[in-house]
Amino acid sequence: MDKRFAARRRRDLLIAAVLAGLAALAPLFVQDVYVQNILILTLMYAALSQSWNILSGYCGQISLGHALYFGIGAYATELLYTKFGVLPWFGMLAGGVIAAVIAMGLGYPFFRLRGHYFVIATIVIAEIGLLLFQNWEWAGAAMGITIPVRGDSWLKFQFLRSKLPYFYFALALCCVAWFVTWWLEDSKWGFWWRAVKDNPEAAESLGVVVFNSKMGAAAVSAFLVAIGGAFYAQFLAYIDPESVMGFQFSLLMALPAVLGGIGTLWGPVLGAAILIPMTELTRSYIGGSGRGVDLIVYGALIVAISLALPQGLVSLFSRSKAKGATR
Amino acid sequence: MTALLETRGVWQRFGGLVANSDVSISVGRGEIVGLIGPNGAGKSTLFNLIAGVLPPTQGSIWFDGEDVTRLPAAERCQRGVGRTFQVVKSFETMTVIDNVIVGALVRNTVMREARRKAHEVLEFTGLAARADVLASDLVPAEKRRLEVARALATEPKLLLLDEVLTGLTPTEAQTGVALVRKVRDAGITVLMVEHVMEIVMPLVDRAIVLDLGKVLVEGKPADVVRDPKVIKAYLGDRHAVGA
Repeated sequence: MDKRFAARRRRDLLIAAVLAGLAALAPLFVQDVYVQNILILTLMYAALSQSWNILSGYCGQISLGHALYFGIGAYATELLYTKFGVLPWFGMLAGGVIAAVIAMGLGYPFFRLRGHYFVIATIVIAEIGLLLFQNWEWAGAAMGITIPVRGDSWLKFQFLRSKLPYFYFALALCCVAWFVTWWLEDSKWGFWWRAVKDNPEAAESLGVVVFNSKMGAAAVSAFLVAIGGAFYAQFLAYIDPESVMGFQFSLLMALPAVLGGIGTLWGPVLGAAILIPMTELTRSYIGGSGRGVDLIVYGALIVAISLALPQGLVSLFSRSKAKGATR
Repeated sequence: MTALLETRGVWQRFGGLVANSDVSISVGRGEIVGLIGPNGAGKSTLFNLIAGVLPPTQGSIWFDGEDVTRLPAAERCQRGVGRTFQVVKSFETMTVIDNVIVGALVRNTVMREARRKAHEVLEFTGLAARADVLASDLVPAEKRRLEVARALATEPKLLLLDEVLTGLTPTEAQTGVALVRKVRDAGITVLMVEHVMEIVMPLVDRAIVLDLGKVLVEGKPADVVRDPKVIKAYLGDRHAVGA
């Protein structure tokens, strides 16, 4: 039994390595900047969704306010860079730590809330964050911050001529988020989180300190999302509150995981691989003048999948696997 | 030797309702003690107070020589109090083995050891064959057994069983009784809340009868079932007269 479990873990790792390897080769075949752009966003959202999945999928605390941590990562990096000359690499880490601390600070009152009340609280807090940044003069208020770009530099993590460095960073971030999840899945924390999601009272009776478990999940999740926000800010070279802290980011972190399979290792990656290209394509082909048709198609797909496969797309794979096992 | 568990003058009020009034009981090491009483006697409340779900309004609870009155459930588990739930609370999206691993993690921080412990407990409770099944796919009797397995994985000194034998078929109940004996033989003290007198009585060393939130009678099972006060509490005045 344990052998089979260990084999599955190794197989997951192997598949991930192969996929990452293939993805790393993709730029050889894709020279088109528009397509490269889509690939970068797909990888970024896969990473974000994977991070969101730690708190909301594994630990079961559904957050629709993760845009806050994304924005904090972006703002921390750019404020430190433009105001104090701190290199984005350090700003990125600082953003991650700030986001993790804020996540725990918010968790302190809000993890007492359950179910819908918790979800509502996360939405409200993220909106408050957005309003604060829109009115914070020092941080550029609604005008935002333009990052001075003076040519290609790994040190300053900015590139004008090619998007490839961004692509590889997004890929690396995606790999890190996946690997962290993989590692946590077979750890004390991973088990505690799933226990807390399924039944907090029973978890408590088995020695799990439910509150601390949630705090841990929130910190890891927010940290990784903030790194993603920092990346996005560098990638755009311009940020304003709406473009890094808008509600759509919270949704775009949650949806891939929900679509692919919430609380699963592969769900977020699978969901993002389908959802993000589709979002971009529908937007460019049927969006624009029609304004909204893309969203209708998009929404319809999500409704269809939630009805047909409530466990997400990964259940297609596990179902066939389960059949194979009984045979 | 001091008792493993002791409640001293425990009161629990919910608004105007007094669920437990001045309950003092003790459970010695290695005993199987039955906590019985008619519906609404306050058994479940007392049980939850001992498990640490909520603190008592008044009085204190002592475990293994320490005052644990204010300790939350998780910490009591770490000190050696294991429990099951009357309405089973399996981790439904997790497999049987994963359910048990959660319990085993209390005393084993290394995953491999927690997993080994969990397998050991599944063997002990007769669930080994179901290890890789989702908890939601178990039949009710198996779910009850999983509750016990999970609690045993925490390596408790005291195991609190909340109606684990209720609602089972006679065969299933006999298997359950055998399991409880096995648990005690492994050196674990058992306090069990039960409804079904004829199953509990031959099993327990001592019975404590609660009625209307108070300890009514306490003693050897054979004496307790004949006690007029107990008969009155269960069946009403008319039956008590003859006894």
